[in-house]
Amino acid sequence: MAHDPGPHEPHHHPHADHDHGHDHPHHGSALSPMELRVRALESILVEKGYVEPAAMDALIETYETRIGPRNGARVVARAWVDPAYRERLLADGTAAIRELGIGGRGGEHMVVVANTPEEHNLVVCTLCSCYPWPVLGLPPVWYKSPPYRSRAVIDPRGVLEEFGVALPATTRIRVWDSTAELRFMVLPMRPEGTEDLDEAALADLVTRDAMIGTGLPQGGRA
Amino acid sequence: MNGGQDLGGMHGFGPVAPEADEPRFHAEWERRVFALAMAMGFTGAWNLDASRAARESLNPGEYMLASYYEIWFRALEKQVLAHGLVEGAELSAGAALAPPAPVARVLHAEQVAPLFARGFPSDREQPGPARFAVGDEVSAKTINPTGHTRLPRYVRGRTGTVERVHGAFVFPDTNADLAGEAPQWLYTVRFSGLELWGEDADPGLTVSVGAFESYLEPARRRAA
Repeated sequence: MAHDPGPHEPHHHPHADHDHGHDHPHHGSALSPMELRVRALESILVEKGYVEPAAMDALIETYETRIGPRNGARVVARAWVDPAYRERLLADGTAAIRELGIGGRGGEHMVVVANTPEEHNLVVCTLCSCYPWPVLGLPPVWYKSPPYRSRAVIDPRGVLEEFGVALPATTRIRVWDSTAELRFMVLPMRPEGTEDLDEAALADLVTRDAMIGTGLPQGGRA
Repeated sequence: MNGGQDLGGMHGFGPVAPEADEPRFHAEWERRVFALAMAMGFTGAWNLDASRAARESLNPGEYMLASYYEIWFRALEKQVLAHGLVEGAELSAGAALAPPAPVARVLHAEQVAPLFARGFPSDREQPGPARFAVGDEVSAKTINPTGHTRLPRYVRGRTGTVERVHGAFVFPDTNADLAGEAPQWLYTVRFSGLELWGEDADPGLTVSVGAFESYLEPARRRAA
């Protein structure tokens, strides 16, 4: 597969153009070199007793199916309807998010930053892939890839335009580079005309990208 | 280290290109690498900072071209070899040939939900009073450590303002070397776009980073 280059053929995988080749199923029974190497390591680690296969299954199930951006959307919707909660959320993100039963690995120390008409927040991790797992799940490939990590800090407005977010020229951009064990989540502005919606309906408007800062809630304006 | 991971401010990688369907994992081997890295991290043979250091130690050209879980896999191979948990001959053979080395812990399935819902906090008892306060002007030191650091190149030597004081946290630079947690005060320091990037910076842009106390010194000069 195009995204499974061996160690000596990195030119087969031009990461920057995002041509990951995921649309091409592997034909026949032959396994890719990467699949073979991973299988070999896994079987050694399991055989030696360092890794329990059932624990691997539990980890995969948890992070592939259980933990995702609906958690963060619940937090945002609560903050939109409950001013006291919003205040707690901005003062101590970890504790306020824990009030909703959400927390854990990759979100031990949460900072929530609020968008305003004057200021738009954008979260990146230039050095690796730090991301608030309990509220957003595992990060998408683009968040972990060189184009976003390199440009979010130097050309955030250009990055936002690629995501379809055209900020007014007067809106200042605040970028948060997750260089320590603090994980950031953006609290977007509540869209206008949503006064009649209840908390659950509001949560449905909250996109994952709105909580990274690369998007807006459905119906939201920059 | 000044490795391939320190990407902030680089040019030439092209547009950000989200995938249409954004799968969490693109192949079975990515799932396995994710789970192996998590489970091996729990053994106590190393820590998260050490894993980041291992990933950063890849040749920069390879780091920038490899897919994410490929980076994780190559680092994991390096780590199990370096810690004597696996021998090179075993990797070649694809099978265990030698008896296992002792590890402190093995992650069991029933532990995953409670442990990962609790998380692994890295805040620690404060080592003493904080050197800086909110509003202080500080400069990021000009440092170029060959080991792990969380001070990105694009802020080194630049002057910014302390905007938050977070308490003491595990210091990644020593922890990555398994040389101790050596907790330090952690600050959020805010830099202007003008200070970081010059006259062409987006007007009004600021960039905030998490900075450990030893990365900082009182401002050497006024920020731009």
